[in-house]
Amino acid sequence: MADLYTIEDLRLSLADMTAKPLFGHAPRIEILKGLSFTIPKGAVVGIVGGSGSGKSTLGRALVRLLEPSGGSVRFDGHDITHLSEPALRPLRRRFQMIFQDPMSSLNPRQRVGTIIAEPLRLHRMDAIPDRVARTLGHVGLPQAFASRYPHELSGGQRQRVGIARAIALEPDFILADEIVSGLDVSSQAQVLNLLERLVADLGLTLAFISHDLSVIRRLCQRTIVLHQGQIVEDRPTADLFADPKAPYTRELLEAIPLPDPAQVWV
Amino acid sequence: MSFLSIRNLSVRLKNGPPLLRRVSLDVAAGEVRGLVGESGAGKSMIGKAVLGILPPSVQITEGEIFLDGTDLLRLPPKESRRRIGASCALIPQDPLTALNPSHRIGPQITDRLVDILGWTRANADARARDLLAEVQIADPDRVLRSYPHELSGGMRQRILIASAFAAEPKLIVADEPTTALDVTVQKQILRLIAGMQARHGTALLFVTHDLGVVSKVCQRLSVLYSGLVVEDSTVPEFFASPSHAYSAALLAATPKYTDPDAGLHPVPEAVVNAVRAEVAAFDRGPAHG
Repeated sequence: MADLYTIEDLRLSLADMTAKPLFGHAPRIEILKGLSFTIPKGAVVGIVGGSGSGKSTLGRALVRLLEPSGGSVRFDGHDITHLSEPALRPLRRRFQMIFQDPMSSLNPRQRVGTIIAEPLRLHRMDAIPDRVARTLGHVGLPQAFASRYPHELSGGQRQRVGIARAIALEPDFILADEIVSGLDVSSQAQVLNLLERLVADLGLTLAFISHDLSVIRRLCQRTIVLHQGQIVEDRPTADLFADPKAPYTRELLEAIPLPDPAQVWV
Repeated sequence: MSFLSIRNLSVRLKNGPPLLRRVSLDVAAGEVRGLVGESGAGKSMIGKAVLGILPPSVQITEGEIFLDGTDLLRLPPKESRRRIGASCALIPQDPLTALNPSHRIGPQITDRLVDILGWTRANADARARDLLAEVQIADPDRVLRSYPHELSGGMRQRILIASAFAAEPKLIVADEPTTALDVTVQKQILRLIAGMQARHGTALLFVTHDLGVVSKVCQRLSVLYSGLVVEDSTVPEFFASPSHAYSAALLAATPKYTDPDAGLHPVPEAVVNAVRAEVAAFDRGPAHG
């Protein structure tokens, strides 16, 4: 299968504001230290790591919310590493993002219908009401929800709106950054099942960032483990769980509390 | 009698719906009880009621909260606050908002000991150093002089644990103490809390939505739905065979990496409807069923 993303020696550094002197520039701190991997079309790739491992930074570099400081990111043949915002605009339609916290990523003053229509309007799409209606159907929300506000919805429903906004433009690629970590197990299961179905129905390519290996195990065919800005393991998920090679992967696996009192931590 | 004993506690929003529906539970000295439920089930509300920190928008409509045999709700507010302050502590969810960003760590642990419990400053400082060592902070003196922003999330949570144990409380309410942490740090923190709790013989009310966490640190658990306790079991009983269909469905929804096909089954609609009907029947019930 052709690769949708080709990432070579990706480096990204940001200003370290905690070390900024009162006057003058903050020192730069390297978050991503030379990552290389590919994402084939139609793949569901999990990206895991502890806090500060650089997984969200990597995600934001993939959808160019952050500009890499070195290496290259190629999306379907286009080098988007340093592309300017106007040049990126036509491509943005093809890669979308679902955010972690649906409450803070949805405008509280807009109705659900307006929220989902927003990217359609920005990209000057036609037949917007039809597309909004179709998208609501895809994520399993009743049409009447178009006139509700985010605060009237439950956490799981809100995250469905976040998903709807991301798929409204019929993108090729979706980045999901910790999208279920704020949800209860039951809504989490519903949202993940929905995502799994959408990937199959709409032929999406998905990068799923999570700190929860149990979720990755269920959803992703391939898993990339990040630790301190470097890839420590990049293998098919089943192999990785059967026989974790990197010590950090083993540590992550052993730290997951299984719902089973037979697993004892002492 | 257990150190903490809650009997038929009902709490409602003023002029609004009930939040807790005749909740009863016990936590004995040295015991850890998990409080499990989806968000909005009322699990944090129980902890807040025990600590006397319910928001002003809610009121207790009936029930008793016995702390060491005395019903807190029958005491004058000042006396009940004194008792809670002397014997209870909280480990909060978010270690960043729980610490004052403009004060050094040291006084944030010791001020309460000095100002409220009347310790001498020297004793309080020594106690803070010992506690930080007990929560495995390598360099207590440096940390005591630090500001919260200079420390990592795991480090801040250790400080709050140390602070909770500072005055040798008999009861600690831990309100989702590891939700903000990543799994490897969560493991260290849970071991730390369980270890401290066992050494000090503290009664611990552990609020969480993660059944995996419950199976590691708790001996008993209460499962709540809409403020109604639907299950009260020991941990081995619960994980072997949950007694209520709703709590069984919650367990089935919990992902398990060792079994890729297990988990991610949402609570079935029929089960949700059944437990909702149970809540409705409870609200209608003559003398509360």
